[in-house]
Amino acid sequence: MTTVGTPVRRREDYRFLTGQGTYTDDINRPHQLHAHILRSPHAHARISGIDTAAAAQAPGVAAVFTGRDMTAAGVGGLPCGWQVHSKDGSPMAEPAHPPLAADHVRHVGDPVAVVIAETIEQAREAADQIQVDYVEEPAVVDPGEALKPGAPQVFADVPGNLCYDWSLGDLAAVDAAFANAARIVKLDLVNNRLVPNAMEPRAAIGEFDRATGDYTLFTTSQNPHVIRLLMGAFVLHIPEAKLRVVAPDVGGGFGSKIYHYAEEAIVTWAAAKVRRPVKWTAERSESFMSDAHGRDHVTHVELALDAQAKFLALKVSTIANMGAYLSTFAPCIPTYLYGTLLAGTYTTPAIYVETKAVFTHTVPVDAYRGAGRPEATFLLERIVDLAADELGIDPAELRRRNFIPADAYPYQTPVALEYDSGDYGTTLELALKAADYAGFEARRREAIGRGKLRGIGIATYIEACGIAPSAVVGSLGARAGLYESAAVRVHPSGSVSILTGSHSHGQGHETTFSQLVADRLGIPLESVEIVHGDTAKIPYGMGTYGSRSLAVGGSAIVKAMDKIVEKGRKIAAHLLEAAEADVEFADGKFSVAGTDRSKSFGEVALTAYVPHNYPEDLEPGLDETSFYDPKNFTFPSGAHIAEIEIDPETGHVAIVNFTASDDFGRIVNPMIVAGQVHGGLAQGIGQALLEGCVYDNETGQLLTGSYNDYAMPRADDLPNFALSTNVTLCTHNPLGVKGCGEAGAIGAPAAITNALVDALRPLGVRHLDMPATPERLWRVIQQHRQPLAAD
Amino acid sequence: MQKTVSLTVNGKPVSATVEGRTLLVQLLREHLGLTGTHVGCDTSQCGACVVHVDGEAVKSCTLLALQAEGRSVATIEGVATGDTLHPMQEAFRNNHALQCGFCTPGMVMSALDLVKNNPNPTEREIREYLEGNLCRCTGYHNIVLAIAEGAAVMRGETPPANVHGAAAE
Repeated sequence: MTTVGTPVRRREDYRFLTGQGTYTDDINRPHQLHAHILRSPHAHARISGIDTAAAAQAPGVAAVFTGRDMTAAGVGGLPCGWQVHSKDGSPMAEPAHPPLAADHVRHVGDPVAVVIAETIEQAREAADQIQVDYVEEPAVVDPGEALKPGAPQVFADVPGNLCYDWSLGDLAAVDAAFANAARIVKLDLVNNRLVPNAMEPRAAIGEFDRATGDYTLFTTSQNPHVIRLLMGAFVLHIPEAKLRVVAPDVGGGFGSKIYHYAEEAIVTWAAAKVRRPVKWTAERSESFMSDAHGRDHVTHVELALDAQAKFLALKVSTIANMGAYLSTFAPCIPTYLYGTLLAGTYTTPAIYVETKAVFTHTVPVDAYRGAGRPEATFLLERIVDLAADELGIDPAELRRRNFIPADAYPYQTPVALEYDSGDYGTTLELALKAADYAGFEARRREAIGRGKLRGIGIATYIEACGIAPSAVVGSLGARAGLYESAAVRVHPSGSVSILTGSHSHGQGHETTFSQLVADRLGIPLESVEIVHGDTAKIPYGMGTYGSRSLAVGGSAIVKAMDKIVEKGRKIAAHLLEAAEADVEFADGKFSVAGTDRSKSFGEVALTAYVPHNYPEDLEPGLDETSFYDPKNFTFPSGAHIAEIEIDPETGHVAIVNFTASDDFGRIVNPMIVAGQVHGGLAQGIGQALLEGCVYDNETGQLLTGSYNDYAMPRADDLPNFALSTNVTLCTHNPLGVKGCGEAGAIGAPAAITNALVDALRPLGVRHLDMPATPERLWRVIQQHRQPLAAD
Repeated sequence: MQKTVSLTVNGKPVSATVEGRTLLVQLLREHLGLTGTHVGCDTSQCGACVVHVDGEAVKSCTLLALQAEGRSVATIEGVATGDTLHPMQEAFRNNHALQCGFCTPGMVMSALDLVKNNPNPTEREIREYLEGNLCRCTGYHNIVLAIAEGAAVMRGETPPANVHGAAAE
């Protein structure tokens, strides 16, 4: 039976639906203590002294530690996993990031001390008694302001707050194209700062076994092996063999749980100090001020076109906010996951992008669903729409005219990537038809009759997923390889355990990966167990992010299964007294070609473990491991169309229709893929209409620090989504898959914003910044109405 | 100050010694080990902690444990019958209405409350009722479908054909 391509219901659902999931905060270790982290209330201050004496004497308190305690113990700083070089060849500024701040605090929420007590209430109460003497200093939160002369400095040894000044592309070719352009379109835009907000707050439990010297960390991570490597090797100096990291059920990540966070190191280190397990769970307000944020770009973009409206060149200048410290993968987001995507779906022959990354007194910024690709797509699809408007060409037609044609693959872009496959024209037509694009003007007129401003907006996108070929990313500054591992352990009775380095925190790997295995080995789904999230069980793993699990992790499973089948063929050939070359494997049976003689997969498995009648030169057992290093990125693409109505009296937006047509390559479980798209769209629509992280420019205070202030998309903010797929296969991985996790968050912000601008175009609006809240829209409408009224 | 609270949880009498400030959700999670009820925020907005108290849906982070004295509390752990899922749980599974699973217990408890008060809710009514439950994974699309299907089954009707084509294995 073939399960690939069918909507198999998820195997993990039973435990979640019955309240039997095991999230980190559900775990309690014997004799555990509770940690409360005291955080800076200031955006920027020097610590002139800390008095912890009273807290240490408070009821139930086992220990109080400060940054100086950790430094004195030789604890290292949180490392950065990617080094970007500036255009002059110099390496980025990489200031130290101590788990607990020792001398300076650099953002509201910067950890200053930890109190460890018998109960969390006791730890919190004792923390109130810690006296920290702060000498407040001026703060800067806006990335553009941070670059200006005289701006407050985040680090004394990083002049001008500049982390790096990076560029990509051929500036001379771009300048030449602009000089000969028939038309140049320019736009300034902001990509708003977001807070990822996985529903499960981060949590960590550290444990130390004095008898063996073994450390264990339970943590809410998307990649436990990466945490083991970073924390073990760089922060706490614990060899891998003595450090186990477990990421059990994890309640969403969206990027924010990739990184190695201070709290993981604090509880692990403290557990050894106090000789008892130490547990920390974030309150949501702590999540807002300590989870890595996303986006936060300020960009100027110019597009040059010829007389036939073909794109000649694109020039982009971006200031990217890094926050107060470099999070694990932060430097690569506004560079190699952004600048390299600026060809989009188009044949633009010359592209130049420069990115200045700056430090500010804000929470560190890193990858959030899409990571660089939503920022690239937003500016591209905005400038293309603006060009269509200025040239008087239909936005769909302008895109068609500039698409990379379906017969042009492999296609080398001017910004380093080689796309392997795609068919953007067909995907767009699919979306246009589903959205009844042709009938829109009638609907606009009908809406005007009801006093509503109706608009339609298109966004096409390309993303680079399946991250990533190790040698390529190594040459670009990655300090890690980005392969994936899988072990296929066939048990004597023929059931199979898959040990995967991918990590599921909602993606449904236990189902999708089982489908691959059941089909390939011809065994029931129930005979397959997917094991993930524990460094003590899994050989190795780089984890889940960048829509890589199936393309990279799944490919590793396929490779390991190939080895299983090859070894099984040898065993079967021996049992069947046939030549190995004559033995075929299909539907769970090894058969001698052209005969009815066969051995089942189960019989072969049993023989491997009970090798009484067995090939002389073959090892017993049926257990294979593979590491798969991708040959290229994968390139999912799509066309999203939003149709909206604005109530001009209130600024309220109703999403009347949202159509997404995507090319994810081969689809293993269409129901899970649709769910991924829905979730991505909700986050993209959230960015466009609701969500924005706001800091006070004067004080650096976080103004959106709870769900009272930060607008999360709710059920009645969102429409039903109309989805379709147009499949072109990835040419370089064994499954032909491309990845689907980030698509919605990439396409939706531009589709929604283009629709809003389309609705407001009659008022003379040419651009809107996100989030287009009712207040912002109402003000824009009022401003543009006044001159009309004055006439 | 420690006090003893006695109540019924999922049909069984229980008692525990708690502080005056202990929240109902802490009683459930920390004292009774019922970790299916989750805490996703500190402002009573996310709805991951929804349980039923005397048949009414409440956010268990907004109630003190002592306020549950003598009450009957139902949590996600008590919804299925043995190994058999409740029709609403089954509908969530059929419609892929959960991904990471963290908001799911609260969503199911809220959905049951909605259907109790409105056995045949429209899509708009479902979306408006879910105002107090945040989900970051699903975009709510499949949750809305699941609640409609669960409600239909609870009314004794044959649910509409599954839009995903999913069927029990």
